[in-house]
Amino acid sequence: MDIRRRRILQLLGLSAAALTVKPVYDALAADPGAARPKLGPGREQLRAKQWVMVIDTRRFASEADVEPLIEACHRIHNVPRFELKRWEIKWIWATEYKHAFSGTSSDRFLAAAVEKRPFLVLCNQCENPPCVRACPTQATFKREDGIVMMDFHRCIGCRFCMAACPFGARSFNYTDPRPYLKHTNKLFPTRMKGVVEKCSFCAERLAEGKRPACVEAAGGKIAFGDLYDPSSEAHQWIRKNYTLRRKVNLGTEPAVYYIV
Amino acid sequence: MLEFAVKGSKRYFGWMIFLLGLIGVGFLVYLRQLDVGLGITGMNRDVSWGFYIANFTFLVGVAAGGVMVVLPYYLHDYKAYGKVTILGEFLAIASVVMCITFILVDLGQPMRVLNVLLYPTPHSVLFWDTIVLNGYLLLNLIIGWNVLEAERNGVHYQSWLKPLIYLSIPWAISIHTVTAYLYCGLPGRGFWLTAILAPRFLSSAFASGPALLILLCLIIRRVSHFDPGWKQIQSLAVTVAYAICVNVFFFLCEVFVAFYSQIPEHMDHIKYLFVGLHGHGAYVPWMWTAMALMALGIILLVNPVTRKNEGTLIVGCLAVFFGCWIDKGLGMISGGFVPNPLHEVNEYIPTLLEGLITIGVYGLGFFVLTVLYKIAIGVKEEVRA
Amino acid sequence: MKDKRWIVTGLVVFLLIVLFPFWYNRGRAVPPPEVKLTEKAKAEKECVLSRDYMKAEHMQILDLWRETVVREGNRIYTNPKGREFVMSLSNTCLDCHANKAEFCDKCHNYASVRPYCWDCHIENPKEAR
Ligand code: SF4
Ligand code: SF4
Repeated sequence: MDIRRRRILQLLGLSAAALTVKPVYDALAADPGAARPKLGPGREQLRAKQWVMVIDTRRFASEADVEPLIEACHRIHNVPRFELKRWEIKWIWATEYKHAFSGTSSDRFLAAAVEKRPFLVLCNQCENPPCVRACPTQATFKREDGIVMMDFHRCIGCRFCMAACPFGARSFNYTDPRPYLKHTNKLFPTRMKGVVEKCSFCAERLAEGKRPACVEAAGGKIAFGDLYDPSSEAHQWIRKNYTLRRKVNLGTEPAVYYIV
Repeated sequence: MLEFAVKGSKRYFGWMIFLLGLIGVGFLVYLRQLDVGLGITGMNRDVSWGFYIANFTFLVGVAAGGVMVVLPYYLHDYKAYGKVTILGEFLAIASVVMCITFILVDLGQPMRVLNVLLYPTPHSVLFWDTIVLNGYLLLNLIIGWNVLEAERNGVHYQSWLKPLIYLSIPWAISIHTVTAYLYCGLPGRGFWLTAILAPRFLSSAFASGPALLILLCLIIRRVSHFDPGWKQIQSLAVTVAYAICVNVFFFLCEVFVAFYSQIPEHMDHIKYLFVGLHGHGAYVPWMWTAMALMALGIILLVNPVTRKNEGTLIVGCLAVFFGCWIDKGLGMISGGFVPNPLHEVNEYIPTLLEGLITIGVYGLGFFVLTVLYKIAIGVKEEVRA
Repeated sequence: MKDKRWIVTGLVVFLLIVLFPFWYNRGRAVPPPEVKLTEKAKAEKECVLSRDYMKAEHMQILDLWRETVVREGNRIYTNPKGREFVMSLSNTCLDCHANKAEFCDKCHNYASVRPYCWDCHIENPKEAR
């Protein structure tokens, strides 16, 4: 009796599993519409092998010089502002030299001008990004043009990427950000609670032939272009000036350069 | 065999109802967390993993610790452990259940968790962690259940189980190794960036897992007719004693490397934990408590007189267990995140709500453990009678 | 088989619970919703693909769009008739279907599906601009 009952239960289980086969098969074999539509980039799409930003920090003297850039970015990307520090979200912000270059800077006897200067920090769109390595779902991935992109639809919110990023570039949505938006840019989505976000070098603007919002707001104090294109302004700035990058010793190959 | 779990004394049911209560409270708070988001916890932009991941890490250790009874019995034919292997395996099951639950409650978007399998990503350690943890759960379920059933029927367990049993031994090592790799492969987190992290995790696992097992055995002796055996408990105590010594030794190696080299990125995290950094030091008392507890554990367990005395043995095991919990749970995770990559100090203090969820998950784990142990004890008592 | 009584009672209770929606809603048929088109949508006559396809499979096309835009960085969709669309839920779909409540929500509510698109994508970009 006991054995038969078990047998029946096993069979029931198996048949239940078998029932799921057909829908799964159908879903996999489905034909996506008859005639083939085409998918492609827009005509204005800007291209590069690896986008880079070169920030001429000599020309940013005080908070007043960086504020408009930060504001421009956070406004068009619907980055919320929280009273609670714990929930803070930021894509680009300013900090002191010793924090921006922690680990590779000495904070003793710095040139007085450099010591006070605001340094803009943001996701470095690393050429060898540890965040991409860590992400278990490829919600963070590297695009062909070097941008380290977030797929908010896929992110499970495990925050492994935040632990992996050595630059503190990533923020997590600890709650629904919408109620904390002062203005909303209706053309750009917000985020939902439970996903990670960061700067994307304005991928959505590059698609329309525009440069990143902060670069535009900087009025020539930041160069943007293809690292590997000798004719690009960014490449030339790097060639002509002595530049620094953050924590190069970690081998992530940041794509944000600083002229000091 | 499940019938053993639904029959029991008043005390048994009282305990189960108590655990259900904890689970219920935890679940209600979790519903709130689902609604509001992880903002109800103390986690922040800088310390982006907190209590949940800390307890997860600690419990992976407890799960792996079960191998300390499985290995001598199956590999070295240490017969005495025949009585307790099932307890080790079932403890592993309950711990892995808690681990998986902790991961789930830590996710920002738990509904999407299957994305990990839908888009398998071999270069992500978390992907491998998912695989080894679930695999370990499955292995222990299959092995534990079948061996116990065979014992009940008075026959030798099926021969196809043997390879699985052998596999489960390195697998136990792997779960904790992979869990350590989650941390120690990250550039720019000086506290974790050390090759000794996996060995250190394992040593504390082999201390805290068996320590808990000893305590459980002592409880079982009191509340049931099944005696796991004083000899077995003593052997386990020796394991705990050596493992905790090794754990402390590994920790001192860390301290030496960090402070002799004087590299700030490696030193500052330890400084933050033990003496405070830039005026922040919420964990200082905790870390010293952990050190004191581990020292006490070493004294009581290495010394044969106190090890053989039940009273001091209990104190020693409790000291080891909670010492490891603070050291590996609380300190290991928060310590790695403070100071942050920009060398700023933002501390993490767990909130009451995440504490309640954590207790709920422990309630779930102990519920599973009690059911499993009830079954195991039921079988043992029946076989003996 | 001395437990027969209990087994049967258990089964009956189980069935009652499982079939709750059926016996609870018996005899009450909710009419299928009529979706409203905006003037702009009416004037267009056809959506990105045929009406029937869109009715049944719009979620597939949205899924394709989001994958393509986010992951491949391609933003232009050319339908089999050669017409180009910018692949954007808020800025293209809702440009015509500006009446989300009357269009999307009606059906979704009826079918009791709750897509989380709107957690991020803004409902009607045109409205407040
Ligand atoms: S800065 Fe951080 S988030 Fe950005 S690509 Fe590098 S590792 Fe990833
Ligand atoms: S939080 Fe999201 S993006 Fe980050 S690692 Fe997890 S799934 Fe990937």
